[in-house]
Amino acid sequence: MNLSATLLGWHKNPKLFWPGVIMIAIALIALPFVLAMQGTAWVRIANFAILYVLLSLGLNIVVGFAGLLDLGYIAFYAVGAYVYALLASPQFGLHLPFWVILPIGALVACIFGVLLGAPTLKLRGDYLAIVTLGFGEIVRIFMNNLSEPINITNGPNGITTIDAIKIGSVNFGNDTRIGDFVLSGTIKYYFFLLVVMLVVIVINRRLQNSRIGRAWEAIREDEMAARAMGINTTRIKLLAFAMGASFGGIAGGMFASIQGFISPESFVLNESVMVLAMVVLGGMGNIPGVVVGAVLLAFVPEILRYTVAPVQMAIFGKMWIEPEVLRMLLFGFAMVVMMLFRPAGLLPSAIRKREFTKE
Amino acid sequence: MDTFLQQFINGLTLGCVYAVVALGYTMVYGIIQLINFAHGEVVMIGAMVAFSVITALAGSPVPPLLIVLLGVLAAIPACALVGYTVERIAYRPLRNAPRLAPLITAIGISIILQHLALLVWGRNYISFPQIFPTQTYHFTDSPNSATVTNVQIVIMLLSFTMMAGLLLLIYKTRIGIAMRATSQNPHIAGLMGININSVISFTFVIGAALGAMAGVMVGSYYGIAHYQMGFLLGLKAFSAAVLGGIGNLAGAVLGGILIGLIEAFGAGYMGDLTNVCFLNQWLPGFSGLCEANANGSLFGSNYKDVYAFIVLILVLVFRPSGLLGERVGDRA
Repeated sequence: MNLSATLLGWHKNPKLFWPGVIMIAIALIALPFVLAMQGTAWVRIANFAILYVLLSLGLNIVVGFAGLLDLGYIAFYAVGAYVYALLASPQFGLHLPFWVILPIGALVACIFGVLLGAPTLKLRGDYLAIVTLGFGEIVRIFMNNLSEPINITNGPNGITTIDAIKIGSVNFGNDTRIGDFVLSGTIKYYFFLLVVMLVVIVINRRLQNSRIGRAWEAIREDEMAARAMGINTTRIKLLAFAMGASFGGIAGGMFASIQGFISPESFVLNESVMVLAMVVLGGMGNIPGVVVGAVLLAFVPEILRYTVAPVQMAIFGKMWIEPEVLRMLLFGFAMVVMMLFRPAGLLPSAIRKREFTKE
Repeated sequence: MDTFLQQFINGLTLGCVYAVVALGYTMVYGIIQLINFAHGEVVMIGAMVAFSVITALAGSPVPPLLIVLLGVLAAIPACALVGYTVERIAYRPLRNAPRLAPLITAIGISIILQHLALLVWGRNYISFPQIFPTQTYHFTDSPNSATVTNVQIVIMLLSFTMMAGLLLLIYKTRIGIAMRATSQNPHIAGLMGININSVISFTFVIGAALGAMAGVMVGSYYGIAHYQMGFLLGLKAFSAAVLGGIGNLAGAVLGGILIGLIEAFGAGYMGDLTNVCFLNQWLPGFSGLCEANANGSLFGSNYKDVYAFIVLILVLVFRPSGLLGERVGDRA
């Protein structure tokens, strides 16, 4: 057994399992403090990486487990974010605690998912892809225009001064002093997100190995055969859609509270594409793969932002390719190249690999 | 009545453009059962290339008609090349892969094309130079009557010419027979000596050329172009293709025109129809609201982009095979 196989299969080796878990735990706990030495901006990037992990895991249920292409996934993120913003900001003067709002956000996003899925899921995948693409855009148009005649979303200006998450007396919006030690709000959010992410990963793992998860897999492999085995395919697909949507809603709520400000600008098509690229890059249907894909695609563009711009300035004296454009090109190429050369992703799930390589 | 006629003409013009774009979707779908997501981007590139040529030549002694013609002649091969390349790179290697794979490469390609266009033409809206002065013709002597512009007339005439040309191509030529044979059964068509790959490439090229024309038309109609213009245009044209019955050429034309009309009438009338200010009589609370902003309607013309999508959903629910389609939704 060579070294890379040992390292990738560490969790199956009883001798390496606990040391491995402990090392990962230490690394994850130390990470924000190391990053903070480079500047708080990097901790924020780590926070957003975790948000993208949450989104990718949600989309993975739809695309990876059930094999349905959803190109408007960001709409559910938007719904969750707006629910949080409306219930915890001066917009309506409501300031509910987060543990009340996040479930409401998940529920509302779930309802939207069912509303969208019910008419379209009995059709073939291509239709679903384009309908979800349109749905993402429609949600954005509504957010942009629901400012009159009754002002709900505040239109393109968005909603500001959204409450930060509070647990007991700990406010995640500002710094906490413990003696000489200052724990910044960003770092507190990091740990909060980390906990949520671990919970979501556990839920996803349990789902994947459950009766429902196996039904999703069966539908993805062969819908006709799955139906013959007694699976109510439309209902099970709708369930995938609803669950993916609720995870998106939860991530959206946390996005609103971290950011403190949301506007329709944050929920454009490109965001949906980014999340899809993360799932595709990591490996559709494989939870560790999706996590790796999301973390990679969240960090690499930021690293490029800090390297490509100065390099271009040094060589050409002007900016040829803005980092933002480079980032989207990277996402586009990631999807095309992965599909052509390694369709099951960087860390493929065994079943998915077989499926993509069969003739 | 004048408003009605005016909206009808605007809708018809727009519908003709949608129809030409929808033909591109429906031809590709008819032959390889794939939604070419990048088609909207091809249309955008057509508009952009034509824009560059026209801007470069505007003000030169070249006659205006020739300038526009050169713009179109540059846009068509550029788009045909893009269409061909996209098929070769992103779709052909995945023809036997699971269905999800080409859909994902298609969306990837579409993002790449958008951002390459951004690199070349910039992030801002660019405006088409006015080479021909717009002329407006009134229907009656009254100055308030409905009008039609020369641009609108040209767009409608051109669209119908292209549609007729496409029908001739598909029903009267050898390559047209080969296309229809491939769409019915690629394997048997291959056994009959048809080169499937070149027929599919040809379909993409023709679709892209139509897209280029549509791009020039929509660019000169609105007078602006933008690197993201292909997205909504593509979505609406796709809705049109589904409304007419995807894979069906006549259906795409019918669907395109209907979507154009629905959008125009929706933008023109929905605002007044959904005005909630009449509630004032019973609910005194509304009066302040309606005075504060004169526009008391729930769905004003801001929502014009929504209608095509609502039509798409309704068609998928009630008649997935579309108005003229024969195949059932599950297969088609």
